[in-house]
This record gives sequence, structure tokens and C-alpha cells, in this order.
Amino acid sequence: MSREVWITGIGLTSSLGEGLDAHWQAMVEAEHPQPVINTELCAPYPVHPMVPLDFDKQIPKRGDQRQMENWQRVGVYTAGLALADAGIAGDMDVLSRTHMVVGASGGERDYAVDSAILADVGKAPDPLDFLNERLSNDLRPTLFLAQLPNLVAGNISIVHKVTGSSRTLLGEESAGISAVEVAERRIRAGQGDIFLVGGAVIAERKDSIMILAGGGWGWKGDPAPVWARPEKGGGSVNGSVGAFLVLEAREHAEARGRKPYAQLGPVFSDRSMRRPGEAAANAARQFEAISNAAHHHPLAVITGATGVAGPTREERDFLAGLMEKGEVSTVRAASNMLGTAIDASFASNIALAALALSRKGFYKPTDDTGFEKPLAVAPEAIAVITWGLWRGEGMGLVEAVS
Amino acid sequence: MAKPSLRDHRNRPVVAITGIGMISSLGVGLEENWQAMTAGKSGVHRITRFPTTHLKTTIAGTIDYLKGDFQSLTLQAGELAGDEAVRMSGLGKPGDFPGPLFTAIPPVEMEWKLRRRLYDAADPAISDAYDRMIAVAGEANDHHEYEQLMYGHVGEKLAERFGTKGAPIALTTACASGATAIQLGVEAIRRGETKAALCIGTDCSVSAEAVIRFSLLSALSTSNEVPEEASRPFSKNRDGFVIAEGSAALVLEDHDAAVARGATILGVIRGAAEKADDFHRTRSKPDGSAIIAALRNTFDDAGVTPEQIDYINAHGTGTPENDRMEAMSLEKVFGERVHDVPISSNKSMLGHTLTSSGAIEAVLTVKTIQSGVILPTINYQVPDPGIVLDVVPNVAREQQATTVLSNSFGFGGQNACLIIAAEPA
Repeated sequence: MSREVWITGIGLTSSLGEGLDAHWQAMVEAEHPQPVINTELCAPYPVHPMVPLDFDKQIPKRGDQRQMENWQRVGVYTAGLALADAGIAGDMDVLSRTHMVVGASGGERDYAVDSAILADVGKAPDPLDFLNERLSNDLRPTLFLAQLPNLVAGNISIVHKVTGSSRTLLGEESAGISAVEVAERRIRAGQGDIFLVGGAVIAERKDSIMILAGGGWGWKGDPAPVWARPEKGGGSVNGSVGAFLVLEAREHAEARGRKPYAQLGPVFSDRSMRRPGEAAANAARQFEAISNAAHHHPLAVITGATGVAGPTREERDFLAGLMEKGEVSTVRAASNMLGTAIDASFASNIALAALALSRKGFYKPTDDTGFEKPLAVAPEAIAVITWGLWRGEGMGLVEAVS
Repeated sequence: MAKPSLRDHRNRPVVAITGIGMISSLGVGLEENWQAMTAGKSGVHRITRFPTTHLKTTIAGTIDYLKGDFQSLTLQAGELAGDEAVRMSGLGKPGDFPGPLFTAIPPVEMEWKLRRRLYDAADPAISDAYDRMIAVAGEANDHHEYEQLMYGHVGEKLAERFGTKGAPIALTTACASGATAIQLGVEAIRRGETKAALCIGTDCSVSAEAVIRFSLLSALSTSNEVPEEASRPFSKNRDGFVIAEGSAALVLEDHDAAVARGATILGVIRGAAEKADDFHRTRSKPDGSAIIAALRNTFDDAGVTPEQIDYINAHGTGTPENDRMEAMSLEKVFGERVHDVPISSNKSMLGHTLTSSGAIEAVLTVKTIQSGVILPTINYQVPDPGIVLDVVPNVAREQQATTVLSNSFGFGGQNACLIIAAEPA
């Protein structure tokens, strides 16, 4: 069995706004698209912070909202947008058969508790005893559940009644790539008809920034497009993004009278140790397979390039080679507008590709190095690329449905 | 003449198990664990890894013979279990496993030790504690240390060690994770995408904060007096689970491919399925409908009826809620027969190894099928009149089991079940 995979619902939230129109406006209709970057919140590391969301609209019970950490709320909210967009919100028959694959990391810590402990633990006669006492007294009982990665999916089940199944993949960008890949392959092979896939990330979290900083992955300078960063030391500007897709077998979508944004072609994930050339070698294999599967050429590219020097330079050279050969028409780093979306990178890039194909347009360049060329004719096939900050290389094909 | 290919009831490739391995608080390797568990030995003991002052629970099934940080312990345990399974399978070459990796791991966290180090090294003039730590972390710019805090780290390192193909999948479905890792492998082989998959569940995350968190949810046993008697699944006096550590690995193969290379087939995964619960973050729907649906989906996927099941490897955590819901749901699916099918909980001896428990229980199920010995539920002294099951009380039983159900349920509405069977004749 090999079935077509249709993208029939999209939920997207980010620093640019909520929903597809907001993103189209900011990235296509705006005369000079400008990202929303905050340099104060996590200084010296800039971030693309999430727009305020009216959670009541998708998570009506305040009690449910209180049980979640912010990233879970954004995930549940954005998943709700995708379900509504696909026309299955509240459809208990379909929801009970809808499978979930979510890419997630853990939730935010309680900074007040941590800060108070850190201030005093060094003065305590027995620091470990002190730690036990304070954690026992100060941690909120429900905080643990608000931090568990699989509770994004768990809360989607509770709030939106998606109960076919619930799987959460871990591992930053790779988790987001694999989530889409697993769903795509299962649909194609008849191991499920309809899936909700995606993830949510909050960038303006100091506990996450600490790891970005420690690994030397964070960009500290003035805002600059990702393609310009490698020459200035490189670095990622993380962005808050919620991105969920409803993926569906064509037959299943047609039976309920739905038209797709686009169809999802093959998706590939791989890993490398990131020795020079290894990530590009993975990408070259993936691109060949995608190009062979594509019905339209050349392909446009939407990438989540992070700006970290080594991989971004390597990806730029790889893509420049494909452009030279005429296999790729142009490139857009969605990360210039959304920031590095980690677990949500791949799904948000797929969402943007599907949106562009359905609206028969494309995103404006947001790059002052001249690498991102304007495009006269809207693409009919887009290769979506995400390479992780540290590990993981993924690519997927999104094509117009005529 | 080539042998006809073996297909299941839905004309899918049959998924064989050709290698298994495990480690726990009871020791390294399947045999050491099996010897201990057939003797009804408990691996639960008093916690010595960290002080237990102020803690309500002071016992656990920690692995104390490995040393390192939590990420390192989880990785080491996964490596040991994986080594055993891959070696047993005889598949591939060392460091060159011909298939993908599906691994169940616990959430990743920075340890207090590192937080304190960063905080103490910082300029005290910075008032915000996290800004202080960020400043020092940024100056340190230590790839190696911070890579270990990536959620992808353990999967990456396991993929590197075993030379599995493609991007590793690391997953969590809470306490159903081990079963889900196996399910992903089963699906990939059934799709014909790969002839083999390595599935590893590993979890060594017992810290003071972890104990406190589960205590705050009233999930843990506080029967600290006699540690080895604290885990009491299905007993009337059960009072919570005992947190524990361990890892298990399975090599799954397309049955035809395994036969063709002359591999010893230890058993087959007949079916795997799941169902999400939408009732509550930590509790099952009172009518058990999500667990029941997971069970029925699994029977459906396996092409097996409850009448064919001759042993159930329970989730059996020893919390009042879990064991009651598990028993009730089984009763709805099995009918009267539920009272006659032996069912036991490995957690009575190992404690609850959380992320890895589904994989450990799958491995022990394979061993049960092979050896004709059903592991006991130890610490069963006070029967619960509300749970009338043959829990194989306290003493292992010699009894053949060829088709076995293994249950895994987790926080967040996670329910996943496997049906594992002897090699088809």
C-alpha cells in the first residue's frame, strides 16, 4: 500500500502572530518583512518571543490551563488551531481515531524556587539536606506534570479529545523531523489514516538559554540574517513557535470532503557526527531522493538553518551548489523570521511550505547577503530542510495539489 | 527452493525477536536477573546515592554499581542492555547494526550540582540567579558538557555505539515508553522499511528531586521499613510504586530475514497497539475504557483472542489506582477467564523502572516463553478482595506460556500493550 499524504490542517503560532494569515502578512505581504526580536528578555541572547495568545479560545477550562506550563499551553492551543482548520475539532468519531506524534522537550523550571535555593544552599551546613528540605516544601505538586514532555500530547488528549494514540519524540530538531516522518510513513503504509503532528517551543526561557549559552550555540550580536552569521562567529537566535499539522490519507480526506493545502512527499531523517561534509552528504542523499519523487522542478527550499557557523556554512554551500545546477530555484531561511524553532522547526517549515503552495506565492527574501534570490514564479514543489543545532539532518518534500 | 515468506493474519511481515538483554538493580545481564527473579528476590533497597532526610520515601531500586551523572547512567545502562541483545542476535558487526534505533529515555535535566557550580562561579553583582548561571555557562562554552543536556544525547550516543542506521528516535510515553519503542520497531519492519530494528528502553533517573516529585503526587510507597517488601502489586496493603532503574533491549527482525541467516528466533511480536486516555493527567477513565480500548486494539492487531492468552505480564505498579484499573479492565476484556490466567508483576521485585519498564517486561516475557517459568508477584501476603486474579503469588511457577500479553500504562493518558508469542511452528 502506498497512499498520498495530504496536509489538511495547520496551526501556527509564533513571534509573528497567530494563524496563517498573520504569517502570510508578515512574510509575504509586508513590504519589508521584519522579524520580531527581543534583545532584553534573555540578554545578551536575543529571542523571537511568542505573541500573547488568548488561551481561553482553545483551552476553555482555566483549571486545565493552570495544570500546564507555558510551552504546553502553546502546544495545546496551536494543536487546537490545526484541528479546527482541518474541520475535525469536536468530531469525536474522527478524533478518537486520530494519532498524535509530538516533538517535545521538557517544561520550564520554577525560577523562584530555584533562585531561592541557590541563594542559600551554599550557606547551609549540609547542602544536600537543605536541598531535600526546600524541594520537599517548595515544589508545587503539579509542577512535575507541567514539565513532563509527553504532557503536551497528554493535555491535547484531555482538552481536544484526540485519543487515537499519543507518542512524544525527544531530541530537539530531530524529534520534530521524526514526528513528521513517522506519521508520513504510517499513513502511506496504511498504519493509520489521520495524524496530528507537531510541537511547541518557548524560546524566552532562561533554563533553555542557559544550555544554548553553555554549548556555545547562541548568537549574541545585533540581529543578523542566518546566512550572514557564520562569518561573524555564528550562532542561533531561538524563536518561540507552535506548529501542528493534520496529515491525512488522501482517501480519508476526500471521504470527508476536505481539500488539502498541499501534499506531503517523502520525509527523511538522518544523523551525522558533524565532521566537515557529513551533514551535507546526508542532505545530498536526501535531496536526490526527494528530487526523484518530485513532480515539479526546480524545487524551492525552506530551511530552518540555525546560524551556527559550521552547519550553516555547510548548508549554504550545499544549497548554492544545487542552485548553480538549477535543481533549486531559491532558498528561504524561515528561521530569519521565526527564529530557530528547535522541536517545532520542521513542522513549522512544512506548514509554511504548504501555505505558500496553497496561496500560489512565496516568501520574500530576508537576507542581506544576496543568497536568497527573489522568485518571479511561485514554486509548485518545495524541499523543507531542518538541520539541528547540534545533531540531526532532515528533509521533506511538499508539493502542490492540482 | 526458497521458503515461502511468513506473513501474519493481515499479510504483513512477521516480527521476530532474535536478541534480548537487560540490566537492573538485581544485576547485569538477563541470566543474573532471571536467576534472582525466579528466586523471588527483590532489588529494592535503602537509597544511599543521596541523603534521604526530609523525604517520605527512602527506598528505591537504584542501580548502584554504575557510576556517573544521570544522563551517563541512563546511557551506560542502555549500552549494557543493548550489547547483550545485539550479541545474542548475532546480527551485524560490532558497531554496525543494520537497522534503526528506537529508544525510550527519561526527560533530561540539569543536575543541581551543575546549577550550583555555575551559580557559585558567577559575579555576585548579577542579581538574577539564572542570569548569573547563563553568564558563566556562556563563558565556559563547553560543548561536551552541554551536549549531554540535549534531549537527543542518549539516542545519539547509543546510535553511535551500535552503528544503527538513520536518525535515532528517542521517545517518551511516560511509563509506557518501553512498549512504544518496541511498537515503533514493529511498525518499521511491517512497512518493509527495514529488516531489523534495535529497541532499547533505559532509565536511571532516581534523584532526590525525582523522589520528591513523585511523592508530591502521592505515587510512591512509603513502606520504608523493609525495602524489599515495599512493592506489593495487587495486594490489599499496596501503597504506591517503588521508583527504580534499569534498561532492556530487543533486536527485532523480519522473520524471513532472521530465518534466512540462520538466527535463533526467541519469539515474535504478534501485536502492538495503544489508546490515549482523555480523562486526567494521572488517572484513567473510571470506566477503564481507554485501557480496554488499548487491550482490544492489541488483540485486533495481533489477530489473537483473549482465550489464547496464557500469561499476562502486568503493568502492576502497586499503586492503589493502577492495579484496580488494570484488573477491572482485564476483567471486561477477558470475562470470567480473567480469574484463571496467571498474571504477575515484575515490579514487585524490580520496582518501577518508569521509562524502561515496558522494555524490561517484554524481555522477561520472552524469557518466560522460552523457559516455561512464570515469574512471581512477590510480597503478596494480603489479598485484595476487589482483585481476584491468579497473581502467581510469591513463588515462581513452572508453566508453559506461548502467547503472552504485556501491559504498560503511563501518566498523560498513555496506554500501550504488546502480545508476544513463541515462534510460529
